[in-house]
Amino acid sequence: MKKASILMIIGSLLLLGLFVFPLWNIMLGAPQYPEPLGMNIHIDGIRGVEEFDIQNIDGLNHYIGMKTLPKAEEMWEFSAFPLVIGGMVFLGVLIGLLGFLNKVTYKWFIGWFVLMSILGLLGMYDFNAWMTDYGTDLNPRAIMKLTHPDGTPMTYKPPLLGNAKILNFNVISIPGLGGYLLFLGMLLTVVASYLGWKSSKPKLNSESNETTAT
Amino acid sequence: MRKYKNLFLGLLGVFALMTSCNNQGKSSSGGALGSNAADRVYVGPGEYDEFYAFFSGGYTGNLTVYGLPSGRMFKEIPVFSQFPTNGYGYSEETKPMLNTSFGFVPWDDSHHPDISQTNGELDGRWIFINGNNTPRIARIDLTTFETAEIIEVPNSAGNHSSSFITENTEYVVAGTRFAVPVPQRDMPIKDYKGNFKGALSFISVAPETGRMDIKFQLMMPGFNYDLSHPGRGKSHGWFFFTTYNTEEASTLLEVNASQNDKDFIAAVNWKKIEEYVNNGGGTMMPAEYAHNVYDDDTHMATSTMKKEVLTVDPTKVPGAVYFLPTPKSPHGCDVDPSGEYIVGNGKLSADLTVHSFTKMLAAIENEKFDGEAYGIPILKFEDVLAGVVSQPGLGPLHTEFDGKGNAYTTFFISSEVVKWKLGTWEVLDRQPSYYSVGHGMIPGGNSQKPFGKYFVSMNKITKDRYLPVGPEMEHSAQLYDISGDKMELLLDFPTHGEPHYAAAIPAEILMPKVKKIFKLSENKHPYAAITPNDTKLVRDGKVVHVYMSTIRSHFTPDNIEGIKVGDKVYFHVTNQEQDFDVPHGFAMIGATNAELLIAPGQTKTLLWEPKKVGVWPFYCTDFCSALHQEMQGYVRVSPANSDLELSWSLGED
Repeated sequence: MKKASILMIIGSLLLLGLFVFPLWNIMLGAPQYPEPLGMNIHIDGIRGVEEFDIQNIDGLNHYIGMKTLPKAEEMWEFSAFPLVIGGMVFLGVLIGLLGFLNKVTYKWFIGWFVLMSILGLLGMYDFNAWMTDYGTDLNPRAIMKLTHPDGTPMTYKPPLLGNAKILNFNVISIPGLGGYLLFLGMLLTVVASYLGWKSSKPKLNSESNETTAT
Repeated sequence: MRKYKNLFLGLLGVFALMTSCNNQGKSSSGGALGSNAADRVYVGPGEYDEFYAFFSGGYTGNLTVYGLPSGRMFKEIPVFSQFPTNGYGYSEETKPMLNTSFGFVPWDDSHHPDISQTNGELDGRWIFINGNNTPRIARIDLTTFETAEIIEVPNSAGNHSSSFITENTEYVVAGTRFAVPVPQRDMPIKDYKGNFKGALSFISVAPETGRMDIKFQLMMPGFNYDLSHPGRGKSHGWFFFTTYNTEEASTLLEVNASQNDKDFIAAVNWKKIEEYVNNGGGTMMPAEYAHNVYDDDTHMATSTMKKEVLTVDPTKVPGAVYFLPTPKSPHGCDVDPSGEYIVGNGKLSADLTVHSFTKMLAAIENEKFDGEAYGIPILKFEDVLAGVVSQPGLGPLHTEFDGKGNAYTTFFISSEVVKWKLGTWEVLDRQPSYYSVGHGMIPGGNSQKPFGKYFVSMNKITKDRYLPVGPEMEHSAQLYDISGDKMELLLDFPTHGEPHYAAAIPAEILMPKVKKIFKLSENKHPYAAITPNDTKLVRDGKVVHVYMSTIRSHFTPDNIEGIKVGDKVYFHVTNQEQDFDVPHGFAMIGATNAELLIAPGQTKTLLWEPKKVGVWPFYCTDFCSALHQEMQGYVRVSPANSDLELSWSLGED
C-alpha cells in the first residue's frame, strides 16, 4: 500500500503541470502560413504559440464572421478550472498521504479517479460546446459566407481531437504537454488503485508473517 | 560568308553537346566537380540559398541583396538614393537620411560594401557602404535590412577607398579619391601641386549600437587615394591605401597621372595615431557635415549638422605613416587573411606586386628609406617586396583570397580571373570573364576567414550575354565554383546598377537574426496610431495631421472631410499588422512625392498638398488580402475659404 500511496501522490502532483503547460494545442497551417499560427489552451486562458498568433487568428477569422478569441476574463471556465485542478491535486495528495498512513483504503483512490474522470469529461464537453458555438455563431454581416454542397451554411468548428481541413487551413488539435501530464497522472492513480487493491487481498500462500491486509 | 559562319557555329554547338555529354559521363564518377553546373546553382522551390550576397548598386546609390549560388535578387535596400517603391527619401521620416552639408542629395554612387566583423570573422550585425559622390558612409542594419545611419565626410571628394573595416569593426575608413583644398577655397586649379590635401578619415563604430563618429582625419599629401584594406592578424592595427596621381597633375590625368613608374601604397599605423589622438593630439578644425540616424522605435530619422572635425598631420606622429612604392597606378590593395601579404594591383603594370608586412616592419626598424614625400618616409621597393606574379594578365584590379593559400585576381583588360598561389607566386588557373571584370568577391574574402567555395566576378560589359534590351543594360555577374583545383564558371546573372563590389555571408549567420515585424508596442513614433482608437485628425492652421491606421483590409478612418485647398496634409499611417510579410501601401491621388510602403508595426508619413476641390480617393498599393481591392477611402477637399469642420469616420453610413 505504501508504493500505491506514493504513486497516488505523484499522479496527483502531475496535474500541477497544467498550471505551467497548455492543456490543449490547436495549430492552423495554410499555404500562406508555412509557419502555422497556433493557440495553446491553458486552464486559465488562451495564449498564442507565437507572440502575435492570437491577434493574427482573430484578424483572419473576421473574414468569416467569427467572434474574437475570448480573453481570460470573458469565460468563467478560466477562473474555475484552476480552482478545480488545484482542489483535485490537494484532494489526491491528501488521499495518498492518508493511504500511506493506512488511514484510508485503495477505494478512495478509485473514488478520486472516478471524480476526476467525471470532471474531465465535463470539461471536454464544455470545451467542445464552446468550440461549436465559436465555429457556428457567425456574424451575419461576415464578408465571406460559404455553404456546404447541400446548401447548409458552413461552420468552422475546430476538431476536438485530430485534424480537419477548414477552408484553406489545415487545423490540428491535440493535447498539450499539460494535457499529457494530466493523462499520465490519472493513469498513475489507476495503477495506484490497482496496487492498493492487490496488496489489500489476503495473501493465501504467504511465506512471511505480514499477511495482514491494510 | 555569313552562311559559313552559321555552319561553323552549328558545328561548335554539336561539339559543345558532345563535350557536355562527356562531362556528364564523367560526373557519375567525378564527384561534385564533374557534375552539371545547373544542378549546382539550382535552389529548389522553397529552399534557401547558401549565402546572402550584397552588391553595391554603383550609380543607383543603393545596395542589392542576392542569393548565392542561385543569383536570385531578394531585395534592393535604398541607401543614398530616393526609392519610390517604399517612399525612402520621400517620406517625412526618411528625408533627413539624405541631408548633407550641400542640402538634400537624393542620389549617390555607392561602391564598396563591407560586413562587420568580430575577431576578424564576419558577425553579420551591419553592412557598411560608401557614397562616392557626396562623401558619405552608411551603416545598414542587418536585422531590418534598412539604412540605419549615414555620416557625411568633410574635407573629402570622391569617397572611394571606402568603406573597409578593421577586424573588430573598430573603424570604417573613408579615403578621398580626389585631393581638394582643405579648407575649400577659391584658388587656381593649376596650383594643385603641394596645395591640395588627401584626407583619410577614420570613423569609429560604437561596439553596441554601431553608432559612427569621425575619430580623426589624417591629412595626407594631395594624391588620389583609390582603394584600401585593413591589416589582419599580425598586421592588425595598420591600414593600407593605394594611391595614384602621385604626380599631382591637375589636367589630362590619363596621361599626366601615369608618368611615375611607381605610385605608393600608404601604410598607416592607425593604432599609433589613435594613441596620439587619445593623448590630446591633433587639431580640431571647423567643418560642416551631416550625421543622420534612423531610429527603429520612432521609425524616424534625425539629421544633425556637425561643426568640427579632428585632423592629424601625419608628420606630427613619427612612425605612423610610410609609403610603399608600387607599380603602376595601383587600384586594389588587398591584404591576405594571414595579414602578411599586401597585394598591389598596378593596373597599368604587367606584373602583380606583393609586399611583405614582415619585411616592411624590418625596413622600418632599420630605417631603410628611399627619401620622403611631404615628410613621409618612402621605403625601398626591394626591401618590402615579397614577390611578383609575373605576366599574369593585363590590367589587374583587385584580389580576393580563399583562405587556402590562393589568391584570385581580376584582370580588366584581358577580361579574366586568375588564380595564383601566395608565396610561390605561380599562376594556377585562369578563366575568362564576360566581359571586363572589375572587382571579384569571395564570401568573407575581406576577413580572416573566407568561405572559399565561390568567386563572383562583377563585370562591366554585358553585351551578348542576355537578350538585348536596347542600348542600356544591366551589368552582369558571374559565379565560379572555386572548391576544386580549377575554377568553373557556373552562372551568369544580371545585377542592378553598377555592381561595383560585393560582400557575402553564410545564410546561417544572418537568417536567424532577421526581424519579421516591428512590434507595435515598441512603436514610439509621435504620430503613431497604435490602436484604432488613436486615429484622429488634428488641424493646426493650414497643417492637418491625419493619424491613420491600416489593417487587413481597411484604413481607419476611410472618410475624411474638412480638408481645404492649400492645406498641408500629413498622413501618418501606422500598419497595425503584427504578421510577417504583411505590409500595407498608401497612395493618395495628386501626391507629388511617392507612395508609402509600411511594414507591420511601422509608422510612415506622406505629405499631400491638395490643389483641387473634389472628393479624392486613397488606396492600398500592396496586395494584402482577398479584399485588398476594397482597401480604400476618400478625402473631401473644399475650397480654401470653406468653413467646413474636420470630420472623419469608418463604418458609418
